Amino acid sequence: MAEPLPAGPGNDLDFNAWVCPAPLRDSPAIVMGHGGGGALSGELVEHLFLPAYGDAAADAQLGDSAIVEVAGGRLAFSTDSYVVKPLFFPGGSIGDLAVNGTVNDIAMAGATPLVLSTAFIIEEGTQLAELGRVAEALGAAARKAGIKLVTGDTKVVDNGNGDGVFVNTAGIGVLADGVDIRPERASVGDVIIVSGDIGVHGVAVMSCREGLEFGTTVRSDSAPLHGLVADMIATGADIHVLRDPTRGGVAASLNEIAKAAKVGVAVVERDLPIPQTVRDACGLLGLDPLYVANEGKLLAFVSSDDADRVLAAMHAHEYGRDARVIGRCIDEHPGMVVARTGLGGTRVVDLPLGEQLPRIC
Amino acid sequence: MKYLDEFSNPDLAKKLVDQIHEVTTQPWAMMEVCGGQTHSIIRHGIDQLLPDEIEMIHGPGCPVCVTPLEMIDRALAVASEPGVIFCSFGDMLRVPGSSADLFRIKSAGGDVRVVYSPLDALNLARENPDRQVVFFGIGFETTAPANAMTVYQAQRLGIKNFSLLVSHVLVPPAMSAIMESPTCRVQGFLAAGHVCCVMGTHEYPPLADKYQVPIVVTGFEPLDILEGIRKTVIQLEEGRHEMENAYPRAVPADGNKPAQEMLNDVFEVTDRSWRGIGVIPQSGWKLSHKYREFDAEERFQVTGIHTAESALCRSGEVLQGLIKPHECAAFGKECTPRNPLGATMVSSEGACAAYYLYRRLELVGS
Repeated sequence: MAEPLPAGPGNDLDFNAWVCPAPLRDSPAIVMGHGGGGALSGELVEHLFLPAYGDAAADAQLGDSAIVEVAGGRLAFSTDSYVVKPLFFPGGSIGDLAVNGTVNDIAMAGATPLVLSTAFIIEEGTQLAELGRVAEALGAAARKAGIKLVTGDTKVVDNGNGDGVFVNTAGIGVLADGVDIRPERASVGDVIIVSGDIGVHGVAVMSCREGLEFGTTVRSDSAPLHGLVADMIATGADIHVLRDPTRGGVAASLNEIAKAAKVGVAVVERDLPIPQTVRDACGLLGLDPLYVANEGKLLAFVSSDDADRVLAAMHAHEYGRDARVIGRCIDEHPGMVVARTGLGGTRVVDLPLGEQLPRIC
Repeated sequence: MKYLDEFSNPDLAKKLVDQIHEVTTQPWAMMEVCGGQTHSIIRHGIDQLLPDEIEMIHGPGCPVCVTPLEMIDRALAVASEPGVIFCSFGDMLRVPGSSADLFRIKSAGGDVRVVYSPLDALNLARENPDRQVVFFGIGFETTAPANAMTVYQAQRLGIKNFSLLVSHVLVPPAMSAIMESPTCRVQGFLAAGHVCCVMGTHEYPPLADKYQVPIVVTGFEPLDILEGIRKTVIQLEEGRHEMENAYPRAVPADGNKPAQEMLNDVFEVTDRSWRGIGVIPQSGWKLSHKYREFDAEERFQVTGIHTAESALCRSGEVLQGLIKPHECAAFGKECTPRNPLGATMVSSEGACAAYYLYRRLELVGS
């Protein structure tokens, strides 16, 4: 350790005492980051929900979807709540997300989604015309995805106790025999494929948030991916993992998979498909596109022998036309994601803590 | 909208790296002043490409990191006031004060909002005439003009429910303070390009002369930083110590005159406390007499809040380049971006946070 410095000439500067803060204690109340899909969200599940549920938590993960065995068959079951603001954004709305988000969670287990429930929590004073537009969008998205809306619920909360419209959907899908797609199956040597441009949805939503209107042509990529998944499975390839990188972006998904499978993940920044508009918006805001949400993209981990035919099937599908390999699973640094930078250096791609914060300058 | 992809070109970067290797014959320690430069160096792995002889010392130019604890506590006090809309740049929200951060104030019912331009806060004041709207005006000369514009406009438009919590600091006095330190190892500076966009370059030739150090005005993209390093190494190898502008596409010698006029009108130079370092004389700005009515510290009577800082971490030594972040025993253990013990771990532009986010792999291995 260096010697303490004498005070500087003419003043009492003390660089050795360059400290700032008292430690940030664990928050006694919910902060926004608990809903960000990063480390804080995970800790809430691990330390609050799972202990409280005890034996009732059948699946110790409470992940995006669960596989349930029923009468000799297997069902995939998933639920998700949608709280996006604004309700309508370039390329989509909360209605699209409520269908496609839950459909995709089911599809990422390799299952074929069949039915959805829809539950609305509506704030007193919400205009019927606006609610109607949300319902129209939700119905259109379900028709496009070929999925039935079979049960629903409506609740109204006092003015000021909600934020316009919240939507919850739950869905059920069926799983074909032999399909086993889950994060734990990622293996050393696997090739990592992304189905197309990343960061698009998050930038589209940010571009119309209060105080952040900036001119961009980016439109949300919200889309149902079960058709793409079916085509990938139909190739006969052994697909180890599928994941839709929503909240927390590609970085969060890769970290979760690396930890679940205890493998290292190495991605090549130069191979990441990031549209110029997303790059520009993130550059201006000081955000990293790897952490920005996607709503119509998937990550696939497949053995390298199968990569070509999976890619070919993806390229033939409208939602996988720009699919490409972005990295591999390696046996070094298990549980960690490392990126090779454009200049040839390396950096760790960490699990985001909560929400990304725009930098000051 | 167009960002700066051209300045990350790997082929051009390699040429600059090769040239730096060619001209370097002996060890040199240079400081990049600005936290944005630190972030870029670590984010792109630039330091991994440099000759072993070149050591980058990460400077104090992160506005989030240098904002003193008592100013954070004053912000928390103002943000907790009923009826206040407290506006801030995003990365200030996670900076811990002595008992909470702005996220926690928000969680407890405070109206804390992230804005991207200070003028958005002024618009909020116009739209909410029955509320007090406060903007947390922190940062260096870079952010100061836009912050100054808010009170200039507020006065012009007669917006009474707006105020500015000012914690502005200045770069050249901090560079002098670093050079005055008896254990200073800095042999050259990459000066903060965006500070110079506003202020011009005239403040630096006297410093280069007085302390016999090259000062190269440098940008933030990978090619900018490599060019700044290259020019600094060449000066050091040739025994020169001059101010050089390696960022001329953004920095005119005179800087931004209208911005300077506004700064002169709205602010006056004052002593400022730097987090953990202490008070550096004449190293910051406060609102000038003409605009004193917009001073949030006066309006909310928080000037009496004085918080002593505990001496737990070694970021003072990190700041001077006496140790690297991971050489601190608390690094990555007690001290993480989640639970920062020191200023340099708070913002993603702080040296410790940048090391933690991007460099843990090799540090774990070492």
